[in-house]
Amino acid sequence: MSKLVSNIPGGPLADKWSNHKNSVKLVSPANKAKLDIIVVGTGLSGSSAAATLAELGYNVKSFCFQDSPRRAHSVAAQGGINAAKNYKNDGDSVFRLFSDIIKGGDYRAREANVYRAAEVSNQSIDQMVAAGVPFAREYSGYLDNRSFGGVQVSRTFYARGQTGQQCLLGAYSGLIRQISRGKVTMYSRRDMLDIVVVDGKARGIITRNLLTGEIERHSAHAVVLASGGYGTIYYLSTLAVGSNATAAWAAHKKGALFSNPSFVQIHPTSLPQLNDYQAKLTLMSESLRNDGRIWVPKEKGDKRHPNEIDEDQRDYYLERRYPAFGNLVPRDVASRAAKERCDAGYGVGETGLSVYLDFSRALEKQGKKAIESKYGNLFDLYEKITGINPYKEPMRIYPAGHYTMGGLWVDYNLMTTIPGLFAIGEANFSDNGANRLGAGSLMQCAGDGYFILPVTIGDYLADEIKTPRISTDMPEFDKAEKDVVEKIQRLMAVNGTQTVTSFHKRLGRIMWDHCGMIRNEEGLKKAIDKITGLKEEFWKDVRIPGTVGELNQELEKAIKVSDFFELGRLMCQDAIDRKESCGAHFREESQTPDGEAQRIDSEYSYVAAWEYQGEGKDHILHKEELKFEDAKIQKRSYK
Amino acid sequence: MDIKLKIWRQKDRKSQGSFVDYYLTGVSRDMSFLEMIDYLNKKLIENGDEPVAYEHDCREGICGSCALYINGRPHGPGDLVTTCELRMIKFNDGDTIVIEPWRAKSFPVIKDLIADRNAFDKIMEAGGFVSVNTGSAPEANSIPVPKPDSDEAFDAAICIGCGACVAACKNSSAMLFVAAKVSHLALLPQGKAESGKRARAMIARMDELGFGSCTNTGACEAECPKGISLAHIARLNREFLKEGFRS
Repeated sequence: MSKLVSNIPGGPLADKWSNHKNSVKLVSPANKAKLDIIVVGTGLSGSSAAATLAELGYNVKSFCFQDSPRRAHSVAAQGGINAAKNYKNDGDSVFRLFSDIIKGGDYRAREANVYRAAEVSNQSIDQMVAAGVPFAREYSGYLDNRSFGGVQVSRTFYARGQTGQQCLLGAYSGLIRQISRGKVTMYSRRDMLDIVVVDGKARGIITRNLLTGEIERHSAHAVVLASGGYGTIYYLSTLAVGSNATAAWAAHKKGALFSNPSFVQIHPTSLPQLNDYQAKLTLMSESLRNDGRIWVPKEKGDKRHPNEIDEDQRDYYLERRYPAFGNLVPRDVASRAAKERCDAGYGVGETGLSVYLDFSRALEKQGKKAIESKYGNLFDLYEKITGINPYKEPMRIYPAGHYTMGGLWVDYNLMTTIPGLFAIGEANFSDNGANRLGAGSLMQCAGDGYFILPVTIGDYLADEIKTPRISTDMPEFDKAEKDVVEKIQRLMAVNGTQTVTSFHKRLGRIMWDHCGMIRNEEGLKKAIDKITGLKEEFWKDVRIPGTVGELNQELEKAIKVSDFFELGRLMCQDAIDRKESCGAHFREESQTPDGEAQRIDSEYSYVAAWEYQGEGKDHILHKEELKFEDAKIQKRSYK
Repeated sequence: MDIKLKIWRQKDRKSQGSFVDYYLTGVSRDMSFLEMIDYLNKKLIENGDEPVAYEHDCREGICGSCALYINGRPHGPGDLVTTCELRMIKFNDGDTIVIEPWRAKSFPVIKDLIADRNAFDKIMEAGGFVSVNTGSAPEANSIPVPKPDSDEAFDAAICIGCGACVAACKNSSAMLFVAAKVSHLALLPQGKAESGKRARAMIARMDELGFGSCTNTGACEAECPKGISLAHIARLNREFLKEGFRS
């Protein structure tokens, strides 16, 4: 277990971050100018980190696969960003935000990290407002807040249904400012394909230039991965279709432990699948559950138009099962409840795989104008895709793969088990336990990027001030580049008959069926066999047209899917190991008599951190025991 | 339904491109426009041909990646939609659909339907930000912002940087793009201090990068998938002039 030293500072919970900030080593301005940092990914955490590190004086190299950093997937976050400002005077505090995240994560997150995330949340809001993020305001001119799934206070800041876009563009503007000052060098249209480790420390990365196909070497004194989540493993998910696990997986294969990979949040309010060619599932912000009521007909297979089904013939099953929270139960609970109703034959729509989200009462009570100002763009989006006007009849929704709580294991300093390699935002595992609360993702990304990493990375770099600029001529760079080139050549050489996407779809189906909302040991074992078979088939029969030395989107996809086979296998292994139900991880074998999740603290109160052992081999499990000293451990109940 | 596609194919930045015809059968009305192209690409790959390269990512109208010029309009038929939000229900059996990349001197074509829009980032570098370092921000509620100002700033801030405004403009002007950013930040007290300087710098950079001038035809507003108003160009002009009086 020696691999996992969490480096949690001493002292009372509320003082840990302050104490830590007061004791970390500092790097003088003159020395910062001699140090290079690579940041991979330009979402909210990557952009804010790159900008802030550059402001501090470091030389930053920033990478993204998109044509512009502004397009990273944080842009699509809809609902909001939490902070413990207590502007509503409704009893909120840093401690309450911390407690809600810990409880929401079903006691599988690290207390000290979560408290710190809650603590810096207020600064993030200040920073974003100063950068020009136009959060919603009240008529008084002060900032507005709304409530969000899983909590009983209003602490969510929002910018209509486009909060992620506005937060990201705020961070992007900071990044672009540092690019203009020459402190950040921007490398867009690059895929990071490997990490270079020299004498045990992260010293660089290997990238593929997506325009020319050139394999490039980049070096630095430290590397930060802000490469996001891997929900696209399900093929159909709410994520941007380009999102992938390749950078994180490359780090994992080079020695960074991967934590809780099976903790994947299935979002309850996505649009249902419409056809076989669909490339993604469109998310409808969970904020809709503030005013929308979820129901299915009381009668099985009732095919009538929803507006013809009377009030007393509707089953508002969330309000029925969870009277205290009703439609605002956390995401995992809402998703499973929808699946339960549909599996039992009460689902609606042609496929029977959807439920209604109904605004008729809110429209009646608040008027169309009020609803429009809150959700106008979401209603428009829904109508554009389905042709149905949600002001006149209920929306149809179904759960979809969304957010990965799992990710690279990091210590309190957000450093992975490879010294000098850091992971921030969704790419790490640290803050959200087994389930993330709504509006928690932007909060974590902003905190990590603006306020936490820029402090903690200094503690590492203080010992590197005598290390000269890293040369890319070292044998470790040769080897990493050679491995990447060989893998690409192997992929191109298959020259089979099936498209990359067809494999990705089949993998997604296996993961969705066996490692999705509900899991059991038999299914997970079957999934591992199926993935192994599919992977073999892929390496024998995939077809990648075109050549290596050009813009080749099929090759880009093939590299990502080849990593997904390995990650999928690990997700199943992790899910098999955890024989309890907790948060988004629901094991059929571990439920209460009334069908709720049964957590088993005596055996599973740990973070699973998996060590890579080579291709096709079982990973080795390391455990970080979780201790709860301040959060009151309770059964997670929303009844 | 069955459709005929005329798609711009171009090997790389240096090559000459041309239109190539494809007949596509079995297209479903349920498909999005991009799913229709995915369907075409699947067939092309299975036949041993090269798929059509195009940009896309979020597929929900917010990242600004997708950028197709369809039947003579940026993002195709319909108002307030990005290409990824366009659905095949807008088309009929037997239709011919012409698909091109954005056409503008400042957006050179890289391959097939992909144009290089890096010039937008370059314009932003000239001043599309508030010069505030991390850590120096005051308490968020210390400066109230009148709700109408904040709402109007938001309406400008929703620009997704897709470039449809440039593609729609006969002069390939980026005026609406610049105006959206200048107006967004000028309306907020946080961005006001640098407003005139920002307007001047961004316009100068836009000119340097070879974008044309604005002649107020309003084509940009008509084709903007986010409905960004021409009124923001008027505000940009005011900020530009104010700075002129000052300097």
